[in-house]
Amino acid sequence: MSFPTVRALVLRYLYLYTRTPVRIVELVFWPLVHLLVWGYLTRFLQQNVGDDFPHEITFLIGAVILWDILFRAQQGVAIFFLEDVWSRNLLNIFAAPVTNADYLGSTYAVGMMRASVTSVMLGGLSVLFYSFNIFQLSWALIPFVFNLLIFGWALGMISTALIVRWGPAAETLAWAVPFFIQPFAAVYYPVDYLPTVLQWIAKALPCSYVFEGMRGILTDGVVNWKELGIATILNFCYLGLAGLLFVRVMLKGREKGLLTKFASQ
Amino acid sequence: MKPNILKVRDLTKHFGNVTSVDGVSFDIFRGEVLGLLGANGAGKTTAINMVLGIVTPTGGRIEVFGKELMANRIEVLRQMNFCSTYTQLPGNLRIWQNLKVFGQIYRVPNLNSRIDEVLEMLEISHLKKRVSGELSAGEGTRLNLCKALLNRPRLLLLDEPTASLDPDIADKVRGVVKRIRDEEGTTILYTSHNMRDVEEVCDRVVFMHKGKVLFTGTSEETLHHFEEESLEEVFIRVARGGDIESNRETEEATK
Ligand SMILES: Nc1ncnc2c1ncn2[C@@H]1O[C@H](COP(=O)(O)OP(=O)(O)OP(=O)(O)O)[C@@H](O)[C@H]1O
Ligand SMILES: [Mg+2]
Repeated sequence: MSFPTVRALVLRYLYLYTRTPVRIVELVFWPLVHLLVWGYLTRFLQQNVGDDFPHEITFLIGAVILWDILFRAQQGVAIFFLEDVWSRNLLNIFAAPVTNADYLGSTYAVGMMRASVTSVMLGGLSVLFYSFNIFQLSWALIPFVFNLLIFGWALGMISTALIVRWGPAAETLAWAVPFFIQPFAAVYYPVDYLPTVLQWIAKALPCSYVFEGMRGILTDGVVNWKELGIATILNFCYLGLAGLLFVRVMLKGREKGLLTKFASQ
Repeated sequence: MKPNILKVRDLTKHFGNVTSVDGVSFDIFRGEVLGLLGANGAGKTTAINMVLGIVTPTGGRIEVFGKELMANRIEVLRQMNFCSTYTQLPGNLRIWQNLKVFGQIYRVPNLNSRIDEVLEMLEISHLKKRVSGELSAGEGTRLNLCKALLNRPRLLLLDEPTASLDPDIADKVRGVVKRIRDEEGTTILYTSHNMRDVEEVCDRVVFMHKGKVLFTGTSEETLHHFEEESLEEVFIRVARGGDIESNRETEEATK
């Protein structure tokens, strides 16, 4: 990976955002809507369900924030590629001295930036609206968030590979991929509530450990390092596999002339 | 003899059961402009895409600057560039922003002054702050050319660079092509359907037909070989007549 190339690719993305601020709306709007809906639902439940309802119900707000970090990271990667497809720029990039690693590196940087914007904004607003300070939970949340970013990146690479393979028609997949896994990701409810078979799927997804971990911190204030470890190991497996898939799809793309086809579509 | 900049041997590309390029061989020597000619679908763009490493050949060999292309892709691409009617620079960025991004990718030294220089060369300095997507087709082509010249490439691939240009600008672009060949010794592979272009800028031509090379030589040699008055007539005859060589052979056989 070469730093100047990654910097140049990221620069392009930053120019895009300063040129068309309306893109920032996407970055702000949906997370905000989610936070408001789930935040007020949480407050309603807390006030109306009574004492036998666990106070830790506030984890819903935490779940919204963490889910959005994952989603923005995935989107950052997929949209980075789609921007090149939409602007018929793909050929210019891949016929330039840009390696797969440079390209993936810059998608990750952009994914991180997007996720940071989202997390800082949602974190701030949840303190303001609901006095829920996710950062106060524990500094242990940082490795959890890091895991989400990594998983988002892996999912983003998988989405990108699907787009290369199936063409721009697969664009909608870029938006859908995170939601394929959401039911099993234990975002809003514990893994135990899933049927056994689905629990196995959940356990194969690194993000389920992150959401469980977040709930663990909220209920008993303890960090489950073992789960964090499992999530990290799983994540690097996913990352490796997604990277291989991307490289393979790019090779196939060069064989079938897919990159040039997109360029002229 | 001048050093060989691009060496293509038995280059073949099948897309499924379509054969786009079929055993093509040619060389380009330093400081030469080689015209790659042929009817629509002859395989010119596919050949260029293979030289750019964006399409993998089914068979054959490509050497750029004496090095095998795919094994040295990044190193070789850094000293190459291309301009194609099939691509655009991101329409939502300003012209200087696009050039800045690509200049950094190609590691262009003194980038800002080089940007001004290429804009000047293509006479679009006044558009520097405009949004790329708002340019007319011809202005967009000139922007593409600016990108292609940014890194002072040793090998420049131009796929129909004059396709959407008015006669005045097309003339100026031909001037630029000749200038960088003469002043910087740039080696250029040039495709065009405009035979006037070709006669004016190309030192030699390669005629392709249905993926195969029919003839390679200077314009005069080509005219002589096909016994025609102009490249335009050669082109039409090649495009309509199919495999001229074999026609000849059968003619000679029946004599
Ligand atoms: N990605 C691809 N998949 C399948 N077939 C392809 C692909 N790219 C090119 N072809 C086919 O290969 C042949 C040569 O196409 P190519 O674009 O190289 O022609 P060309 O000489 O550049 O023509 P033109 O003058 O129209 O630009 C055509 O029949 C085309 O349909
Ligand atoms: Mg073509």
